[in-house]
Amino acid sequence: MKFSENWLRSLVDPAVDRDTLCHRLTMAGLEVEGVEALGDGLAGVRVGEIVECDKHPNADKLRVCRVSVGAGEPLQIVCGAPNARLGIKAPVATIGALLPNGMAIKQAALRGVDSFGMLCSAKELGLDADASGLMELPADAPTGMALADYLALPDASIELKMTPNRPDCLGLRGLAYDVAALFGAPLQDVTAAPVSIASAAVRGVHLDAAADCPRYLGRVIEGIAPAATSPLWLKERLRRAGLRPISAVVDVTAYVMLELGQPMHAFDNARLDGDVHVRRAAAGETLTLLDGSEVSLDESFLVIADAARAVALAGIMGGQDSRVTDATTDVFLESAHFAPASIMGRARKLGLHTDASHRFERGVDPDLPRLALDRATELLLQIAGGRAGPVVEAVAPEHLPARRAVPLRRQRLGRVLGMDVPDAEVERILRALGMDVQTAGQGWSVTPPSRRFDIEIEEDLIEEVVRVHGYERVPTRAPSGQLRLNLAPEAQVPAERVRTQLVADGYYEAVCYSFVAKDWLQRWSREAGAVALANPLSADLAVMRTSLLPGLVEALKHNANRQQERIRLFEIARVFQTGSDAPLESRRVAAVACGRAVPEHWGGDKRAVDFYDLKADLEKLVALAGGRAEFHPLDRPEFHPGRSAEVRRDGAFLGYIGALHPRLLKALDLDQDVYAFELDLDGLTAGRLPEAAELSRFPQVRRDIAVVLPEAVTWGQVETVLRGVGGVVLRDLLVFDRYSGTGLGSGLKSLAIGLILQDSYRTLTDQEADHLVASALAALERECGGRLRG
Amino acid sequence: MDVLETQVDESLARIGGAASIDELESLRVGLLGKSGLVTEQLKALGKLAPEERKLAGERVNRAKERLQGAIAERRSLLEEAAFAERLASERIDVTLPGRVADLGAVHPVSRTLARITDIFQRLGYQVAEGPEIEDDHHNFEALNFPPHHPARAMHDTFYFPDGRLLRTHTSPVQIRAMSGRQPPIRIIAPGKVYRSDSDQTHTPMFHQVEGLLVDETSSFADLKGTLAEFVRAFFERDFEMRFRPSYFPFTEPSAEVDIRWDQADGSERWLEVLGCGMVHPNVLRNCGIDPERYTGFAFGLGVERFAMLRYGVKDLRQFFENDLRFLRQFA
Repeated sequence: MKFSENWLRSLVDPAVDRDTLCHRLTMAGLEVEGVEALGDGLAGVRVGEIVECDKHPNADKLRVCRVSVGAGEPLQIVCGAPNARLGIKAPVATIGALLPNGMAIKQAALRGVDSFGMLCSAKELGLDADASGLMELPADAPTGMALADYLALPDASIELKMTPNRPDCLGLRGLAYDVAALFGAPLQDVTAAPVSIASAAVRGVHLDAAADCPRYLGRVIEGIAPAATSPLWLKERLRRAGLRPISAVVDVTAYVMLELGQPMHAFDNARLDGDVHVRRAAAGETLTLLDGSEVSLDESFLVIADAARAVALAGIMGGQDSRVTDATTDVFLESAHFAPASIMGRARKLGLHTDASHRFERGVDPDLPRLALDRATELLLQIAGGRAGPVVEAVAPEHLPARRAVPLRRQRLGRVLGMDVPDAEVERILRALGMDVQTAGQGWSVTPPSRRFDIEIEEDLIEEVVRVHGYERVPTRAPSGQLRLNLAPEAQVPAERVRTQLVADGYYEAVCYSFVAKDWLQRWSREAGAVALANPLSADLAVMRTSLLPGLVEALKHNANRQQERIRLFEIARVFQTGSDAPLESRRVAAVACGRAVPEHWGGDKRAVDFYDLKADLEKLVALAGGRAEFHPLDRPEFHPGRSAEVRRDGAFLGYIGALHPRLLKALDLDQDVYAFELDLDGLTAGRLPEAAELSRFPQVRRDIAVVLPEAVTWGQVETVLRGVGGVVLRDLLVFDRYSGTGLGSGLKSLAIGLILQDSYRTLTDQEADHLVASALAALERECGGRLRG
Repeated sequence: MDVLETQVDESLARIGGAASIDELESLRVGLLGKSGLVTEQLKALGKLAPEERKLAGERVNRAKERLQGAIAERRSLLEEAAFAERLASERIDVTLPGRVADLGAVHPVSRTLARITDIFQRLGYQVAEGPEIEDDHHNFEALNFPPHHPARAMHDTFYFPDGRLLRTHTSPVQIRAMSGRQPPIRIIAPGKVYRSDSDQTHTPMFHQVEGLLVDETSSFADLKGTLAEFVRAFFERDFEMRFRPSYFPFTEPSAEVDIRWDQADGSERWLEVLGCGMVHPNVLRNCGIDPERYTGFAFGLGVERFAMLRYGVKDLRQFFENDLRFLRQFA
């Protein structure tokens, strides 16, 4: 909402400067978004009249004008504007003037001809963006008058950022009520002079959808002057509100909308056929709008129709056929109340947003149409002449918003705000806002004016009181209150610890978008069960991710393309999957790595990161919650078949780890090995409390064995066999060397294994230990084809 | 001077000149060993007359003590020197880089979220969560947004074909936290939110923290105090702060909170950092809480905004590019 400060001050004029006015508006919830000062630097600029206009002797594009500025001799001024011509009036900056753009006006010679001042464009005066030529002034502008006085300057265009709950302030009159309340200044309310009815022309009006449009007023005005233009003061007010003046009729309706907040529409009366009906559109009904677009409607739209067809989209935009043109002499003025619910979302559905729809969908004062119609008639008759017919009103009172008294309790006001507001102040504020205030019980009974149909409950009144009284007057009370501890279970490892552990292991945390391109998921064979958006921003952000890995690997690639050689990234976030009822969301942690296993170093290990590096990092995460991970060979298309595993914890699926499949790397245009894991976060972090066991008082014994085994036998198999044989006495088991090659024969490997043995009840004898090792070897031979390395 | 004296003096000189432990040891054996000089002298004492023996014994013992003392002293000197030499040979360049210095970093958004959460947890707020794919009821309806209301147009919403949507704010967690539960309630809901908007200052996904407190006494004054305390704790400094009336369908009275922020050019301006208000009675009622008995307040903030202010990040989009050169700055 943009408006002229002077216009507002013509309704209410508090004795404060512009900055104070703007500050208080902002602090009352009417946020000032911009202030554009107009008319500064116009000292020495006057209304001039070109009384002679000749060609410049030395330049084709220049003219030598003699310009009258009232008293004294006309000034000789050289001018290059294309519209400089005999008889017009335009602003003249006289010698000594300092224009808003910083230009100082001095006597000058242009191509050998002396010039004593400058004829100005609107842009040079900081009044408008128009720099196409001189700012032409009306013929009746008093020659010699200071331009600032003539244009009622200085002024300012003030722009408010309006919240949707205050449609009443989408007109200056509503805004004036707030200003009056804020400053305690008297309000000059808008009135309309009575119109004398000079014509009997009427057009019948029918409410076919009374709930959508409970009030419709129409009036025919005959015989207006089609060529009439709006007076300067009206045009200036429109301009300063950001609107372009168009024609007398259009300007008047726009003016009334800005002044009162009531959108109106003017039809060319000659283009209407029979009575006007306000009705729902028929499915498939079409209408060509003022802007030339043809829209296809359905039953959700409300239209204004004549006997033949729809002629306007109610509350949104008029139709092309019945629009007012420069040949129109008879107009039919519409001033109606459309229920917000019948307009909400409709313009948006058609990709439209108009000043009318903006107001109607937020709610316009249902009692306003008559005042607005009278005001528009008054202005139109003044400007364009014509004979007004009587008003025809159709109203369905049962569908008009009811004005209900709302209770306001003194105690509740104090409770919600945490402070007491004096009774007199409460009453002053509410009355200044146009409310009817009666004392009732332990407080008041307040009836809001019809324009404030946002006021429905006690809280609405409390807000009004504190908004005007000032939020800054509410005390600031330090936090207090009854505390109740609601802690997460100790056994549950917080995600924060997973994050800290990965950071400690050298990973950087990434945050990727939750939506990805569908073909990403396809490339990763993760498209099954993916949930797609109905209105994605782009195809790249169209599907909710089912895995964190595609995004993380993309981030890895982003960095690899920027000369980063050792990359470790992780993310903790949700993934999404279709579910039987609602989509399923689960929390995951995923990590990716490429490049060296350790950063380049003078003492260094130069090998590339491998499966076991990532596995170690993963195992540490599992250990956070006191568990052990199991790894089972995996066959999934995105992973290398020989270098990947399914991870389980206590038998339950936890996720995957492995090298990305070479084919996937190629598809992703990555030229180095990438390792990755992705785990279910909730499965990972569900833990148990530590349980302290009795420590054995007896010494532990370590026996090392080297076993030759077929390559295909996994450590997991060996471990299972050994643990089966060792039972509780086998406290720990470790593999401390692995060898294959010369001396072993092909297809064989040797594992060096340490067995840590201990009994809880007695000291193990050497014989017992030897016996256990022998049984272990026998079992390995039997079950894995292993033998002791000789 | 007798022979012993002379021999002792000579031996002392040799001991003093011994260049190694081995040399010293062979000297010791030559003097104090089984057939060493002093040992021989002691053995010879037996042959002397008793009256001479005592005197001679004392002389020999004195000589022995002197030699022993000198040997011990020399030994400790030599050992000390050898130890010093060993230490010198073990010297390393302590300025060479340490091995595997590869600490990663938490993302600045996570860092900021953790900090905000921590502050409110100290005030007794409990972390609550809700789904990111929400339904219209929780995201809008129960929060007092009527269907098609223009307030909805301020939320550019991503929809799914079945009518569900990506939550546009963390406020639906309020509804989930209050439903089926009675006050006192203090929750904080950090999380991802989504709006269909992408340009220099908007990303389609970002993070918010929602706070909610409902009890039998809380007022707008408590809301002001809580947020003032939070902003001071977060930025570790005092700010000039203002609460400005605003509008959210789910709070009333509603406010936006501005802080007086120093600009890079030395000027100051008001910067909007939080939205808040007293929980709307309709919202309490929608969750089965009696608005006559209970009041409360809610607030919401944009995490990226706080992270940008706190750490001087200039471009919002950097948070989602995952460039290591950016992320390393938060290690």
